[in-house]
Amino acid sequence: MATELKVAWGPRKDNVYLGKEITRLDGVEKASGAAKYAADANPKGCLYAKVLSFKGGAGKVKSLNLDDALKVPGVKAVHAFVKEGDELQWDGALVAAVAAERQEQAEDGVRAIKFTFDTMEHFVDEDDLKGAEAAKRTKDLGNNTKGDVEAALKSAAVVHKGQYGIATISHMCLETHGSCTRWEEGKLIVNHSTQNVSGTPANFVSELQKQHNISVDAADVTVLCQFVGGGFGSKFAADDWGVAAAKMSKETGRPVRLMLDRATELKIAGTRPSGFAEVTIAADKDGKIVAWDSHHWGTNGGMKGGTINLAQFPYVFDFDNRNRKATGLVTNAGPDRAWRAPPHPQLCALTDTAIDDIAAKLGKSAVDVFLANIDKTPEKLQATYVAEIKRAAELIGWSKKWHPHGKGGDGDVKRGLGMAIHTWGGRAHAGTCTVRINPDGSVESLSGTQDIGTGTRTAIAMVLAETFGITLDAVKVRYGSSVYPRSGPSGGSTTIGGVTGPNRRAAIAALGKLFDVVAEKHKVDGNNLTTKGGKIWNGDKEVCTWKAACGLLGMMGIETTGEGPKDDGLTSEQVGGVQMADVSVDTKTGIVRINQFVAVQDCGLIVDLLTAKSQVYGGLIMGIAYSLTEEQILDNKTGRYINADLENYKLPRIGDIGELIVEMYQPDSEYERGVIGLGEPPVIACGAAISNAVANATGVRVPTIPLTPKRVLDALKAAKA
Amino acid sequence: MRDPREETIPNANGSGFNRRDFLRGSGAAVAVTALATSDQGATAQDAKKANVASAKAQDVTLNVNGKEHKLSLEPRVTLLDTLRDDLNLTGCKDVCDTTNCGACTVLIDGKPTYACSRLAHECVGKKVTTIESLAANDPVVAGFVKHDAQQCGFCTPGFVMATKAFCDKNPGATLAQVRAGLGGNICRCGTYVGITACAMELVTKKGGK
Ligand code: FES
Ligand code: FES
Repeated sequence: MATELKVAWGPRKDNVYLGKEITRLDGVEKASGAAKYAADANPKGCLYAKVLSFKGGAGKVKSLNLDDALKVPGVKAVHAFVKEGDELQWDGALVAAVAAERQEQAEDGVRAIKFTFDTMEHFVDEDDLKGAEAAKRTKDLGNNTKGDVEAALKSAAVVHKGQYGIATISHMCLETHGSCTRWEEGKLIVNHSTQNVSGTPANFVSELQKQHNISVDAADVTVLCQFVGGGFGSKFAADDWGVAAAKMSKETGRPVRLMLDRATELKIAGTRPSGFAEVTIAADKDGKIVAWDSHHWGTNGGMKGGTINLAQFPYVFDFDNRNRKATGLVTNAGPDRAWRAPPHPQLCALTDTAIDDIAAKLGKSAVDVFLANIDKTPEKLQATYVAEIKRAAELIGWSKKWHPHGKGGDGDVKRGLGMAIHTWGGRAHAGTCTVRINPDGSVESLSGTQDIGTGTRTAIAMVLAETFGITLDAVKVRYGSSVYPRSGPSGGSTTIGGVTGPNRRAAIAALGKLFDVVAEKHKVDGNNLTTKGGKIWNGDKEVCTWKAACGLLGMMGIETTGEGPKDDGLTSEQVGGVQMADVSVDTKTGIVRINQFVAVQDCGLIVDLLTAKSQVYGGLIMGIAYSLTEEQILDNKTGRYINADLENYKLPRIGDIGELIVEMYQPDSEYERGVIGLGEPPVIACGAAISNAVANATGVRVPTIPLTPKRVLDALKAAKA
Repeated sequence: MRDPREETIPNANGSGFNRRDFLRGSGAAVAVTALATSDQGATAQDAKKANVASAKAQDVTLNVNGKEHKLSLEPRVTLLDTLRDDLNLTGCKDVCDTTNCGACTVLIDGKPTYACSRLAHECVGKKVTTIESLAANDPVVAGFVKHDAQQCGFCTPGFVMATKAFCDKNPGATLAQVRAGLGGNICRCGTYVGITACAMELVTKKGGK
């Protein structure tokens, strides 16, 4: 009788690896500089490419001549992204590329390009709704109503009208977008900085055909990416520059490495859309919100005229009476790309701030008002939110530290508390994998996934080691190549479920086959066998070692495949999460400092507690960045992105983050939910939590995030006037 | 405060020129103009490109990780590009190329330096040490792994070099000193908590010995 093993996670208490703090397997490789990124690819004969990008708000190409660039010493290939008459619709739009023997020669080549353009009108002012309307740069994105807002407003105990906003930011991947391409016997090999190893070959094929009439079979394109220096949602495609590199490679018969320069990276390789809103919110005397009326606008750049999805407003809470309306602004800014948890950080920043203001108007603590409205959040998250709010409040000392808005002290430096809550799906993406048990007892997992820094490789190894009862070092995880079984793109917190589900399924199937062989040899029932500590057990009797069992397999060993997602309970979706900030605001300088920042976060079954916490810490730090300092600054007059460098695009440094306190919410009920993604949620509530803390400290709402010193001072001044 | 490294700050007895001064002198002024009036919309990066002149390649011998390398390089080539493209020592990363982020940190005569702030020709006669020279069991590398002080890992080698130099020089340093001393590097993924824990452990061990 063949062994039939149930597909499930084991009892929590029996786990050797799952849920424990396991250091990442590629840690030494990365920390010692041995890890090779696309930017580090340096094959023999490699040419280095640089781009000429447009410097202006909008323009039409008058002339473009690359002949002189080709005459520059060292230059081997040139490529025009545009031709005469084409429109360049935003600062940084690609004009041409030059590939040369050395980087400095490629820069010489770029300087030698003859390029002229006629200036066209531009509009970049993302928060100026009136100006956009006057310039005919708006799109009506609809409105809808639920309940009776008018009546609810009339009967409410308090009504608050507020203005809120959150500026556009860039992804600022420290490894810029780009690739190193080469052709070998008609086959294209790309070291690509990507979150989408399995999906990119087909994209190269179609774009090479469409843009350059170059035909290649998808089967002859290999995309490689073991390490990626940040993506955050912006690295899913072949991209025009990757395709241009492949074309120049083909022309020259040489490898070409084209990584965007920092400025171009910030301008065209992805932004997170802005959002601004006028909100009217009303509550009864107990703090229950009875009406919501919002009009929000903003831009996703790229002349697209989109803004944050109307249907997701207000965020997390579904109030009985609400109006909502959205307007998109058509701006000459680089187009958006998915930015970690799209568009939840903006939704949260425009919703939880208004909730905080109505709490302040009632003289109530935000904790009480959020709790009073928990029944308006998704039903399956309500208990989690309540538990997480209570725990976060304990961790930050809310009840001891809290004071009404504006009572943050008598000195120039005021202190305050703020909170916000979030949600995210995090369902497993589609993916497959192969698992092998080799006759020597070693084990392999193969899949075309990628490790974007979240610890995917370590998580896969942990699942196999746990399933087979062997040590981590007996597991080899192969990933980061499109020749392996297909796995989904790493976006939207879908990877952890997308890889652990299939690997667990494949491993259980493989274990069943191994038990068949062991059962026959040792005359036992395979269904009674288990494996732990490198041994096979029959009840509590040792049958043989893992190695001896694998030695029975013959030369072929065992190979199984796993797929996902499936409804077998290994993975599920939807998490909550609560964040609370304690800040100090210097009312003389406008500088906001984080004292403490608490995150309590659920994510179902935690695979690796160490890397899970790292995700949350990282989310908080990225959150502090966009809450306090970081933004894309477009100059109205020139249309240009004037802080497209690491000097003027301000990111926090190691001393700028205060004390971060992270706690994973992990009762057994979470373990039972199976694996859920974690990358997105911790970055969502930061903006609202910090803005609310500043409002609590000063008694003044600084309308737009990031809360730069100037915005803080302007708001304080306006409040006085 | 942000950049405690004397070697990257112009000093009186030095050559009087390094790439950082040069960028500061031209680029920063232009950047200020751009932010103030935005008349040309020029950025620091544009200025850098416009001001660097080309010249013939010249022979140069560089001592990197204890080995002499004979190269032929134009005077304008940075140490960073030389290490990465010519010597294939890609642990130091090109992230900003404008001396803001520390991803390119190497040691020059033992002092942490942004490799993008130096021209290769400036480094003749000096000892350049890159992350590749660290032993496999280096305590800083091990500490980064233990405290999970890395995610994507792109900033990590630069941070490891900065941490190594700081902790070697400042046994017994306080938390505030660690935060100030490692302020010359940027991580986008947000690994500062792990890095701080790692550095604190290292300076405490050293301070206590
Ligand atoms: S690349 Fe040298 S400091 Fe950023
Ligand atoms: S680990 Fe990704 S930038 Fe620091």
